[in-house]
Amino acid sequence: MQTAKPQSSFMSSLKKWWMKEASAYGFISGYALMFLIFIAIPVAVAILLSFTFFDTIQPPRFLALKNYITLLTQDDIFMRYVLPNTIQFAVIVGPGGYLLAFILAWMLAQLPKVPRTIFALILYSPSMTAGVAMTVVWQALFSGDQTGYLNSFLLSLNLIQEPIQWLQSPQYLMPIMIIVTLWSSMGVGFLAMLAGILEINPELYEAGSIDGIRNRFQEIIYITIPSMKPQMLFGAVMAIVATFQAGAIGVTLSGSNPTPQYAGQLIVNHIEDYGFLRYEMGYAAAVSVVLLLMVWFFARVANRLFRED
Amino acid sequence: MRRRWFQFSSSYRNRGINPQGFHPSQLKFYLILLPLSAFMLLPMVFIFSHAFKPPDELFAYPPRFFVVNPTLKNFIDLFSRMSASSIPVSRYLFNSILVTVVTVAASVVVSSTAAYALSKKRFKLKQTLFAINTVALMFVPIAVTIPRFLIIERLHLMDTFWVHILPMLAMPVGLFLIKQFIDGIPDEVVEAAQIDGASDVWIYWQIILPMIRPAIATIAILSFQAAWNNADTSALYINNESLKTFAFYLTTLTSTTTGANVVAGQGIAAAASLIMFLPNLIIFIFMQSQVMSTMSHSGLKG
Repeated sequence: MQTAKPQSSFMSSLKKWWMKEASAYGFISGYALMFLIFIAIPVAVAILLSFTFFDTIQPPRFLALKNYITLLTQDDIFMRYVLPNTIQFAVIVGPGGYLLAFILAWMLAQLPKVPRTIFALILYSPSMTAGVAMTVVWQALFSGDQTGYLNSFLLSLNLIQEPIQWLQSPQYLMPIMIIVTLWSSMGVGFLAMLAGILEINPELYEAGSIDGIRNRFQEIIYITIPSMKPQMLFGAVMAIVATFQAGAIGVTLSGSNPTPQYAGQLIVNHIEDYGFLRYEMGYAAAVSVVLLLMVWFFARVANRLFRED
Repeated sequence: MRRRWFQFSSSYRNRGINPQGFHPSQLKFYLILLPLSAFMLLPMVFIFSHAFKPPDELFAYPPRFFVVNPTLKNFIDLFSRMSASSIPVSRYLFNSILVTVVTVAASVVVSSTAAYALSKKRFKLKQTLFAINTVALMFVPIAVTIPRFLIIERLHLMDTFWVHILPMLAMPVGLFLIKQFIDGIPDEVVEAAQIDGASDVWIYWQIILPMIRPAIATIAILSFQAAWNNADTSALYINNESLKTFAFYLTTLTSTTTGANVVAGQGIAAAASLIMFLPNLIIFIFMQSQVMSTMSHSGLKG
């Protein structure tokens, strides 16, 4: 009797815990399972594989840091094209698209409901279809012969004498990628910012005007942005992810991986190049880890900027 | 006197954000927004116009932007056509619709139940799990294409219907948005029901679900867009042509590498891209007010 007691109290506390928390874990289990299989484990596997040589035929061979060292010291293409391209692309599309989203959201908030809704719909619509359906449009627009819309337009204005191979020319591919990505960058973050601006208590602006705020610009800096920091941060994280996600655009536009003379080669394309064309999975995994770290780093920076004190 | 002046000044200020009607001071915004949205709209107009062009207009020189003699020929061609491996196009479309419907339904259930627990239940791992999901907002699926490929291969999900759906269900943004929305529901509502002896399933079904319709609509749209536009799954994980989706079929029409983008394919590709685009647009138009009310809860604490 005496000896059975601790066990039964353990059982009863276990039972109590089960009664209290089991249903919570039950509700979460479906999501948690999918999260584990398709997000958490792939990240873990990527990290593990990044320390190996793996060609999918033989079992992975442990290499320690060799992939990372190769990436930093010997991968000529990565250092000469991929990294500069990615930085150039990210710096313009990330902050550029983010700023554009905020300015547009702010302007929309100054309009009555009906025109605001129509404009918001138009600005958001490009990000609804990002990718597939749009290739048809962009390839027709930038087509390299005289039937391409841009070529035909420039020819008719006599600005150029012969059609330009927009998507196959190294000097034009990157600018076109940037324009196309900016065009479709008014995504979820843009909607969040618009909602955030509309939520701000109007009394804050009154109080601000009493405190001596004179113009719209001061209003934005001292009231609007501080009052919607959480939405600004959400928008920033979404913008960073969208920027790195958009990496496939160069391959889609030019129709080849690697892109012509690596002009539009971004980290994402480099991963696919090594992973699915050369079957160097370990090396591709190391590049993936670098990409995830870059996203994480920029999100930390955004976090710093919009921390609520 | 002072009060009246104050009211005048406050109405002057309120005129700025979310005004009730038109005011001349808004003109400058229209002046910027109108040309910009016209530019943003061009590709969309092009999709509509291009899809109805007869062959001579598709290849007219100089190219014409707007259709002059609209025809349904492109759509008829699209549906009477077989793909290279003699699968009718309607099969791809059927696959896409089925995959999208199941994905949207399942991701709504999976995200909303998890969000309810994360927001209103008390349990040990709650903070940790939410923190992990917030970090996962930064997840870039393309970065882990290769490990995902290996895992899907090991789980024998290759060439199955499920591989279209399961990876789409873990949607950190979806869970995040619903959780933030449920946070807006007072805890007292749930506690009162618990005191009355209601079970969690009952509370979720009878109280939470009806109150979070806008958030449900929002993640339904997001998962719809992700599933409907997804061509990668078919390209990477499906070898069986009869399980591939319409989005993938469209990429075979447009990709220049396969040499498929010949004269005959142009009109078909235009019609197919309109079919790809239209559902996105229609669903968003109908649900945009729900999306906006969800987004006002979207803040991320720094």
